[in-house]
Amino acid sequence: MMIGANAFSVRKLLGLLLYLLFVLLPIYWLVMMSFKTNEEILGQLTLWPAQFTFDNYVTIFTDPSWYMGYVNSMIYVVMNTLITLVVALPAAYAFSRYKFVGDKHLFFWLLSNRMAPPAVFLLPFFQLYSSVGLFDTHLAVALAHCLFSIPLAVWILEGFMSGVPKEIDETAYIDGYSFGHFFVKVFVPMIRSGIGVTAFFSFMFSWVELLLARTLTSVDAKPISAIMTRTVGAAGIDWGLLAAAGVLTIIPGILVIWFVRNHVAKGFALGRV
Amino acid sequence: MNKTHNNKAWWLVLPMFALVAFSAIIPLMTVVNYSVQDIFDQNTAYFVGVEWYQEVLRNTRLHDSLLRQFIFSFSVLAIEIPLGILVALLMPKEANWKTSLVLILLALPLLIPWNVVGTIWQVFARGDIGLFGWAVNAMGFEYNYTANALDAWLTVLLMDVWHWTPLVALLCYSGLRAIPEAYYQAAMIDRASRWAIFRYIQLPRLKGVLVIAVLLRFMDSFMIYTEPFVLTGGGPGNATTFLSQSLTQMAVGQFDLGPAAAFSLIYFMIVLLVCWLFFTTITHMDKERQ
Repeated sequence: MMIGANAFSVRKLLGLLLYLLFVLLPIYWLVMMSFKTNEEILGQLTLWPAQFTFDNYVTIFTDPSWYMGYVNSMIYVVMNTLITLVVALPAAYAFSRYKFVGDKHLFFWLLSNRMAPPAVFLLPFFQLYSSVGLFDTHLAVALAHCLFSIPLAVWILEGFMSGVPKEIDETAYIDGYSFGHFFVKVFVPMIRSGIGVTAFFSFMFSWVELLLARTLTSVDAKPISAIMTRTVGAAGIDWGLLAAAGVLTIIPGILVIWFVRNHVAKGFALGRV
Repeated sequence: MNKTHNNKAWWLVLPMFALVAFSAIIPLMTVVNYSVQDIFDQNTAYFVGVEWYQEVLRNTRLHDSLLRQFIFSFSVLAIEIPLGILVALLMPKEANWKTSLVLILLALPLLIPWNVVGTIWQVFARGDIGLFGWAVNAMGFEYNYTANALDAWLTVLLMDVWHWTPLVALLCYSGLRAIPEAYYQAAMIDRASRWAIFRYIQLPRLKGVLVIAVLLRFMDSFMIYTEPFVLTGGGPGNATTFLSQSLTQMAVGQFDLGPAAAFSLIYFMIVLLVCWLFFTTITHMDKERQ
């Protein structure tokens, strides 16, 4: 019995390691490539850089037209996350606590925005933001990304909030808390893991998106993902530089997931288990 | 939860509504407007009724692209959902740093910008400079995703499996963690087989998260644009041109505003229709549970 169980857990471990290998190998390849010279990348297939070089990273960190891309991306991603949280928190509270005229329709309409292919909104967005003078600003990208992040945020937060017993609200009101006071001082701290997870998702979906971010910017707010296309030049692709730029885009994600690692399990179920 | 009826709750929803309406309704109305007009320049436009819709519905290239899109989305679901469940079952249960590490490594592909995902696979799958392409060729298979349509198709599929299976796995993992230990103890006493535990305890308990997984994976795979655009550019030929790319070509490349707008609306309607079916399933299930 015990031996059988052990053999089973060894098989499980092997299966898991095999899958993790599948996940990590392409990333490993990119990381290694970023430390190689272009001659080595095109010359031979090496598992470890023969001539270890930081040149690709030096180029990115010393050229403002490169590193400003990361700054721009960061700015609109953070703006998007903040706007999303500020408007989604009260809305999710309303959906989790009250019935009101048109609530179900509103909720489905909201989710339907998450289902809209970004390509559909490409041109209208461009025209809308140009006409109100927001074209090529971080705010334009942040607002455009809200279209996808807010529905998801309301959905996740509503799940977390429904897990908080209603008696808490009622007790707070009896104790003389005003709504605003209760919401900020009592309720928000109670669902902070939900807020962390929501922020994580808003950050993630805004960080990884390219199509809208590229269309709504030209110079001042150009995201890193759009700048990366520069590595394709007349002399072919600068593989090493492209790889280094790619590796640097992975780091913010790792930092963010590190902060929410203990809530990941619950968070990925959108607060619904 | 029994909710109280209170229309004042609209005040709480209002900021969110105003913001999303600004980014959703105005652009959508613009699209509707374009879809019924023939536009020459800013001041000259003619009302053409449903002509663009008819043209789009007759366009055989779009039919091909729609068919490819459906085949792709269903292949994605057919691979990623079972694989995701399997990976979730393999994951360690204890709450310690090893589990955290596995979770973070697993989530890694989800946090990479989509164009970089395309870049990673563009490099990784190349026969000359990529480990994967080189290994497949070394094993004696003819493999070149830039020239062979089937290879390109399989590479895009493999890339999507790599990119999004972690989402399904993490969803299922959180679903599995929510199953009380007592269920497993009862199964032990009954001497239930591994399969019976999965079929009668774990799978039913995963129903909720699986609906979310299917919904998200369907939506996102149906809108896929950036990754295949970077990886194959839709080629070779049109082998990996999916709906979003056809639309972008039409709207931005050829600047055919009218047909592109009509196409947009039909595209959106298809996604909405499929998701509406899912949404009804979810609410139906919630009712049954109560």
